[in-house]
Amino acid sequence: MAVIKESKKNSKIEYLLRKVPAKDVSITPGVAELIEKAERDGVETVWHRFLAQQPQCGFGLLGICCRNCNLGPCRIDPFGYGPTRGVCGATADTIVARNLIRMIAGGAAAHSDHGREVAHVFHLVAHGKVKGYKITDTEKLIAVAKRYGIPTENRKPKDIAKDLAEIIFNDFGKQDEEPLATTEAYAPESRKRVWIKLGVMPRNIDREIVEIMHRTHIGVDADPLNLLLQGVRAAIADGFGGSLIATELQDIMFGTPKPVKSEANLGVLKEDTVNIIVHGHVPVLSEKIVEAATSKEAQKLAEEAGAKGVTIAGMCCTGNEVLMRRGIPPAGNFLMQELAVATGAVEAMIVDYQCLMPSLPDVAACYHTKIITTMPIAKIPGAVHMEFSPEKADEVAMEIVKTAIENFKNRVPAKMYIPKDKMDLVAGFSLEAIVSALGGTLKPLLKLLRDGTIKGIAGIVGCNNAKVIHNNSHVTITKELIKNDILVVGTGCWAIAAAMHGLLKPEAAELAGDGLRKVCESLGIPPCLHMGSCVDCTRILNAISAIAEALNVDTPDLPVVGSAPEWMSEKAVSIGTYFLAHGVFVHLGTIPPVLGSPTVTKILTDDVERYLGGKFYVEPDPVKAARTMIDVIEEKRRKLRWPY
Amino acid sequence: MPETSNYFLYIDPTRCTGCKACEIACAVEHSLSKNIYGAVLETPKPRPRVSVIPVDEIRVPMQCRHCEDAPCMAICPTKALYRSENGFVVVDEMKCIGCRMCVVACPFGHPAFDYERKIVLKCDGCTERVSEGKVPACVEACPTGALIFGTLDEIMAKIRKERVAPFLYEAVKLVPGEEKKLPPVKIESPLSTLLKMYDSVRWY
Repeated sequence: MAVIKESKKNSKIEYLLRKVPAKDVSITPGVAELIEKAERDGVETVWHRFLAQQPQCGFGLLGICCRNCNLGPCRIDPFGYGPTRGVCGATADTIVARNLIRMIAGGAAAHSDHGREVAHVFHLVAHGKVKGYKITDTEKLIAVAKRYGIPTENRKPKDIAKDLAEIIFNDFGKQDEEPLATTEAYAPESRKRVWIKLGVMPRNIDREIVEIMHRTHIGVDADPLNLLLQGVRAAIADGFGGSLIATELQDIMFGTPKPVKSEANLGVLKEDTVNIIVHGHVPVLSEKIVEAATSKEAQKLAEEAGAKGVTIAGMCCTGNEVLMRRGIPPAGNFLMQELAVATGAVEAMIVDYQCLMPSLPDVAACYHTKIITTMPIAKIPGAVHMEFSPEKADEVAMEIVKTAIENFKNRVPAKMYIPKDKMDLVAGFSLEAIVSALGGTLKPLLKLLRDGTIKGIAGIVGCNNAKVIHNNSHVTITKELIKNDILVVGTGCWAIAAAMHGLLKPEAAELAGDGLRKVCESLGIPPCLHMGSCVDCTRILNAISAIAEALNVDTPDLPVVGSAPEWMSEKAVSIGTYFLAHGVFVHLGTIPPVLGSPTVTKILTDDVERYLGGKFYVEPDPVKAARTMIDVIEEKRRKLRWPY
Repeated sequence: MPETSNYFLYIDPTRCTGCKACEIACAVEHSLSKNIYGAVLETPKPRPRVSVIPVDEIRVPMQCRHCEDAPCMAICPTKALYRSENGFVVVDEMKCIGCRMCVVACPFGHPAFDYERKIVLKCDGCTERVSEGKVPACVEACPTGALIFGTLDEIMAKIRKERVAPFLYEAVKLVPGEEKKLPPVKIESPLSTLLKMYDSVRWY
């Protein structure tokens, strides 16, 4: 019989009085056990907090509250009985559009600041100012430089890199009206024409974000369409700007990913070793942590501390970055970060930025785990801060690893429980790796697409969301699509979800339709290709551009769809929007805060198709969503007069 | 005796967005400073008596129903619960011994327990406000009109009219012998549509 304890400080107990139906919230093995363990340990997780937030405010869900000025906060009555305008006079249409593009600004800012950080390190490398980093992939450097029109013949890589760094820095801060050099270099001609005609060609990565903040200030832009167009422009500045810069420069500095075998899920943590988790998004630090943790010195120190070595695992997109390049196993995706700590077996969780739950130190307080923040822009109360800088990368990384090893002695075996579940996977399918697997050219893939062996390509990306069953939509949609001979490529938390459910191992070809299965079996690849972290969505963009250019058609004509089945972050809004601008039909599995304005909803899910070729489609039910995506692909094939 | 129980709080769940503005207004009304900026600085923190309860895609703000034959009043051993002049069931905080019998007896599960002050918290119908001729704080705060306050007769007159209107219009249009179409019973709100979309994938 449950005994409800009366408490003096009741707020914490009140949360834990809410029990999470652990077996219903996730389909991923190990998750339910750890939620139950967390509850026994008195630890609150994201699901507990989600229940505590119910009901969530309807104005927020519909996107019709505005806090942009101090006349407000204002709310529009969605049922039409109450106010139809805010104090300043803004209608639901204006408010929804303003709020939505502020989300895009947030997402583009996050990606682009990540890009800027990488560009900064790249600049230091080019000028020989850092010891810890170098140009690893000269071939990619030359390929990228060629795209920007930088002369490469008989030049040293460092000189090419200097020129490239200059152009890229310029993209963040130039003041003229010319398009971004990166967009010019990467976007297909047909798209550029469309964007120029609509006036959404980005000029400067930061400027587009600043302009959103300006336009959404009180009393500036009130036209929903005009506002949304600026949102598209900022999203393009992200997809064909900040994010793309991040991906390309990371490849140059840390190596372009090649297929690599690994394992995924919480079972990758080991009972008898020092366990370190790298969590966040930017590989600049985590690459160094991996180097330090796998060094002989660290292994020796770990043995001295009584452990059998050091195990390093990834979480979220930092996990994807180190998985793609170094085969480091991911321990889980976004919603599992607290559970990883709740295993009681993690000595240190090293975080950089983005998608870190501020509750991590609270969870860690119940165990011996140290949460180590490393970035000056991302500190969390209760965490240990060990500031990272590219100049001192190696020293800081070693210091962090040593801190983790020292913490091993504080581990409490009685509080430790690691689920056994883990799954094999093959990751590392950069566009370059796909092309080389196909024999150096995209032609075989085009042929397969044309004759219908592979019916189409779906890019699945995005987060986890506590509103829906964890990883259920990701896995269900993916299985449905591959069953229908649609090749699935993807990034981010989807990739880790797919890995944990065995969709990234070559044997998953059995789940695919006949055509796709044969292709996978002959090439020895899985039917779902892991293309990287969430900034690496640009790899998918580039793949679409390359296919469109090879076939000499515009991107909206291709049998390609996109999906963000469990999205939650502002970055996902930006990603979704740049896919839409690229002419892709984009499915959203959680409902964006726009339904308060029928006008904006119609623009996003209908009208926009006439201008950009892509549109949004919202459907939380994964089976129905997959059916629609298959229908869209068949329709596009029919229009191309390809067999469908 | 005046018509004590004629004040009536009508709840329209189809208009509730779950923003919890009523909860905040209630806490402020039961604070010492009676304004939001002062209320957040008080110790003990003022608490709301109303709470918005989610049931599937419906959200319902639940206050005390101020029952005519109130089980809480009947069971209270110290007679801490009494009926105010304007007909609301109110708790006398000095008499309350924190036995929580009213919590058990309430058919709606309304009374809550204040662990800090060891007394029962319940909606007092904003009896002071009402005697000053104002509406309760939650009603005033509701931005969508999901809460309607007035005398039972007034409110029901309005609601009768609203409910009968669609039937009447249909009946007037009806040609003898033609099959009768039923009017829409429930208004679809954008919010319920949104929440229903999650039905197949929600766990909570």
